[in-house]
Amino acid sequence: MASGLHKSEVQNPVLRWIDARLPVVTMMQKEYGTFPTPRNFNYFWNFGALAMVNLLIMIATGIFLSMHYTAHVNYAFDSVERIMRDVNYGWLLRYVHANGASMFFIVVYIHIWRGLYYGSYKAPRELLWMLGVVIFLLMMATAFMGYVLPWGQMSFWGATVITNLFSALPLIGPDIVVWLWGGFSVDNPTLNRFFSLHYLLPFVIFGVVFLHVAALHITGSNNPLGIDPKGPQDTLPFHPYYTAKDSVGLVAYFAFFAILVFFFPNMLGHPDNYIPANPLVTPPHIVPEWYFLPFYAILRAVPDKLGGVVLMFASIAILFVLPWLDTSPVRSMRFRPLARPFLFTWLVAFFVLLYCGGKPAEEPYVTVSRVATAYYFLYFLVILPLLGRLERPLPLPESIAKPVLRGGGPLPAGAMAKPMEKA
Amino acid sequence: MADSMAQAAPQDGETRRDFLNLVTASFAAVGVGALAWPFISSMNPARDVLALASTEIDLKPIATGSAVTVMWRGKPVFVRNRTAQEIQAARQAPMSELKDPQADQARVKKDNWLVLVGVCTHLGCVPLGQKPTDPRGDYGGWFCPCHGSHYDTSGRIRKGPAPANLAVPDYTFTSDTQIRVG
Repeated sequence: MASGLHKSEVQNPVLRWIDARLPVVTMMQKEYGTFPTPRNFNYFWNFGALAMVNLLIMIATGIFLSMHYTAHVNYAFDSVERIMRDVNYGWLLRYVHANGASMFFIVVYIHIWRGLYYGSYKAPRELLWMLGVVIFLLMMATAFMGYVLPWGQMSFWGATVITNLFSALPLIGPDIVVWLWGGFSVDNPTLNRFFSLHYLLPFVIFGVVFLHVAALHITGSNNPLGIDPKGPQDTLPFHPYYTAKDSVGLVAYFAFFAILVFFFPNMLGHPDNYIPANPLVTPPHIVPEWYFLPFYAILRAVPDKLGGVVLMFASIAILFVLPWLDTSPVRSMRFRPLARPFLFTWLVAFFVLLYCGGKPAEEPYVTVSRVATAYYFLYFLVILPLLGRLERPLPLPESIAKPVLRGGGPLPAGAMAKPMEKA
Repeated sequence: MADSMAQAAPQDGETRRDFLNLVTASFAAVGVGALAWPFISSMNPARDVLALASTEIDLKPIATGSAVTVMWRGKPVFVRNRTAQEIQAARQAPMSELKDPQADQARVKKDNWLVLVGVCTHLGCVPLGQKPTDPRGDYGGWFCPCHGSHYDTSGRIRKGPAPANLAVPDYTFTSDTQIRVG
């Protein structure tokens, strides 16, 4: 074979010709075929693949919806109603897209929870985790702008409230808000730029997902035990073992998604968004989409405008430094008897915030939100850093294979090829 | 995949796993196909577009020898109230001279009313000839200025690059003085 060509092992002559010049087949075989994956995954490890599928569904339905959507304040609402009533399967495309946003957040929240519980953010996966937080932020921006596009009452007033968050910034705040709006209120220029960015950002997300996956394939996956694979007896080839396991999860995911789309398509939306936007009348009780409610509750828990905005952004920004706040070398909560109940309490606080965010800003919800907000930050800033020093973790298993295979079996000759890291 | 399958493979080459792979792949292919259909279908004309797919035309104001142009499905429709000479010219043209042979009687429902889709069959321009001041080409019908196609008083191609006669749309007389196109 000529020098400069990749030495391909593909049998098919056409694929081989391509693979020698652009080794995509070899790459796919290495990264998704034989890729050594810990053998002890549970179903929490489905959610990365599910998020990927969900992103593709959102991009596909979004592209087709945009063929029928008109980004103008006078036509936007009607064009969405036309999609629902006149366009062939338009109702299906829109309900899949709208509920797909909810599904995306469900999947990603479980994916993040998996990372928190099994310590997937710890060395050497810090950057992998941070890229994930970037994806989460981009998702939130995309979802927010997408919710504005139908130009209903909730779209309009949600856009007004969220863009006004920036007015809390000292000195430049009001100018920033005018810049975001392209005018003196949420209006046609705002709708146009939101549509443009709502179309752009998913492709940015796709790019960051690529980096997220590339980083994952350098460090390899974490696993429920949180210990590193020590050799081939601890891993399985990705295909067919995890392609099959992911497919099982995918079928369950599609079933859940279908029930939502076909039986409860408007359950997670707000009925007021079927009222065309009216800049003169604010609905009596405005709430963001359910997936923003925990952060909305944090915003409202603080009795100071700037303080609320800062704390809300900090609640996500804190995830960037989580790998350094958690000082314990043990990844999986299975072996952290003290941290585990504190993390479950944090999960309760998250759901309490989600609940309070959907309630009016009055007692007892305000006090409850304050307690939950305090715990949310306390967990990251005080409990985790201290536990790393105070906690005595349970003994870690010798290897992944040992508890799985009951006794482990003898190490094959090549098993020590991968250097032992920490126990 | 081949490696892992080899473990389970009996001697004859066809395994249970081959069967399962085939069934799984077929299931996925059918699923993807079923999901693709709503996407493809959504690009077809929507119901509000189809609702506007027919047009009523009142013939009363069109005097003998004059013509009107009506928009139908985003395209011009020519309606000409032909004179006796024009009808005669169309019927006397020998079939051997026609590029796309078709009798004038087959192209009209009432002798004087000629209804055509006003789109040149060459590359889609709108031929001239509707206004009295327009050039009507060598055969007194229509003349396409884009590439010089001449149509006769039955809208048939007589000279120039167009391959076919001007199309006759589906239409019906709803009364003596009204037609519905489409």
